[in-house]
Amino acid sequence: MSSCTIYKRELSSYFSQPTAYAIIVIFLIFSLGLTFTFGEFMRTGDSSLEWTFLFWHPWVYMLLAPAVGMKLWADEQRTGTIELLGTFPVSTWSAIIGKFMAAATVWLIALILTFPIVATVNYLGNPDNGAIFAGYIGSFLVCCTFLSITMLVSACTRDQVVCLIVSVAICVLVVLCGYDPVTRELSKVVSPGVLEGIVAIGVWDHFSSLNSGLFRLKDFIWFGSIIFVCLLGTSAILSSKRA
Amino acid sequence: MIEVDSLTKQFGTKCAVNSLSFTVQKGEVLGFLGPNGAGKSTTMRMITGFIPPTSGDAKVCGISIIDNPNAAKTKIGYLPESAPLYNDMTVLGFLKFCAAIRGLKGTAKNDAVERAIDTCFLGSVAKQSIDTLSKGYRHRTCLAQALLHDPEVLILDEPTDGLDPNQKFEVRQLIKRLGQTKAILFSTHILEEVEASCTRAVIVDRGKIVADGTPAELLAQSETGSLTDLFRKVTSSDTAHAAA
Repeated sequence: MSSCTIYKRELSSYFSQPTAYAIIVIFLIFSLGLTFTFGEFMRTGDSSLEWTFLFWHPWVYMLLAPAVGMKLWADEQRTGTIELLGTFPVSTWSAIIGKFMAAATVWLIALILTFPIVATVNYLGNPDNGAIFAGYIGSFLVCCTFLSITMLVSACTRDQVVCLIVSVAICVLVVLCGYDPVTRELSKVVSPGVLEGIVAIGVWDHFSSLNSGLFRLKDFIWFGSIIFVCLLGTSAILSSKRA
Repeated sequence: MIEVDSLTKQFGTKCAVNSLSFTVQKGEVLGFLGPNGAGKSTTMRMITGFIPPTSGDAKVCGISIIDNPNAAKTKIGYLPESAPLYNDMTVLGFLKFCAAIRGLKGTAKNDAVERAIDTCFLGSVAKQSIDTLSKGYRHRTCLAQALLHDPEVLILDEPTDGLDPNQKFEVRQLIKRLGQTKAILFSTHILEEVEASCTRAVIVDRGKIVADGTPAELLAQSETGSLTDLFRKVTSSDTAHAAA
């Protein structure tokens, strides 16, 4: 119940200010722009969207998802409203869940607004819509993972700019780890065991399988556990800051 | 209504609040005085459940803030020191949010918000965005938030700080009026406020109570009949700390 109240407040705060609109528009421009340029959507004639469209999402998220999540706790600490929240009869968890869901909803809306590209491939070709749907789920999970990382960083600082820079850095790292050209270079300098560890941190192994239409339990566990650990860390940091 | 029992807060090696005990009964307005850094805000934050005490306990209407924080928090209305607000909301939106989070719904919620707006004279700015408000209105909005659920206990951290003389007068009258049916604990630097609105006052210094009594008793303790002189006598100033 209290999660729901906080969710509504956070969501309306995104849309009562230019934040959400700016992020959504920039996301649409970038993701569709990359599809038609580097993704070579028109030339490849691939209707699966796997490489032309969804492949670019982690790259865009790593820069934009922290912009949505950075205010969640940093602003609350800077303005002191955390003291109000901390003295309302709500648990830290319900506040964390409410805020996280609100940020995730902004991205869900952004993703839904990419529907014209799905309509286009359905008009032009005969794609496997199940696989496209799986790709969208993968894309959304990557985004939620980055949001949870941002939320964790945001609990550590009252400065949104610091939060943005640190979160982007972490997300870039998570995207680069396991990206093929990077792993190829790394394989020349590190042992296979270490390389395997680095790839495991990265997002590609899990995103790519979903993106190709494959539902593997281990991918859901990977996304779920990172999100859960980050939210748990957020709760621990917020409690320890008050002690 | 408020029972504070040997509340202690240690920040690293610094003892901010040192085994503080006092009670506030229904119908009582307790003024909480002390120099800056005496531990007033820390004590209030512990009673409201925002920060956990190192040791000791505080009970609100018999409910321990440590054992049962959420139940105790429902009994408290709290105005933090800097009157923090969500700047992106309107006054009405903010109060509705606070009412909802306190579990009020439907007409009960709307009535509570309306009542709080009337009590704190916010009618003229209700639809205005919070970031356009003057300091006086911001303070009153935050005070309204504390009154929404008609709490039995009010904890106000410097409720008249930064207000103009007219607003100060209004808030003091409000505290006095509310004090007839609630237990109120409020902190202040302004000693006239004690005489104007408190039924009892305690002076804290370096985390300890150094004087306790009704305004008349405190005045009697002072040799010159002035609260300022008593305050200066029982508390230590920053400069004395630095010299020592």
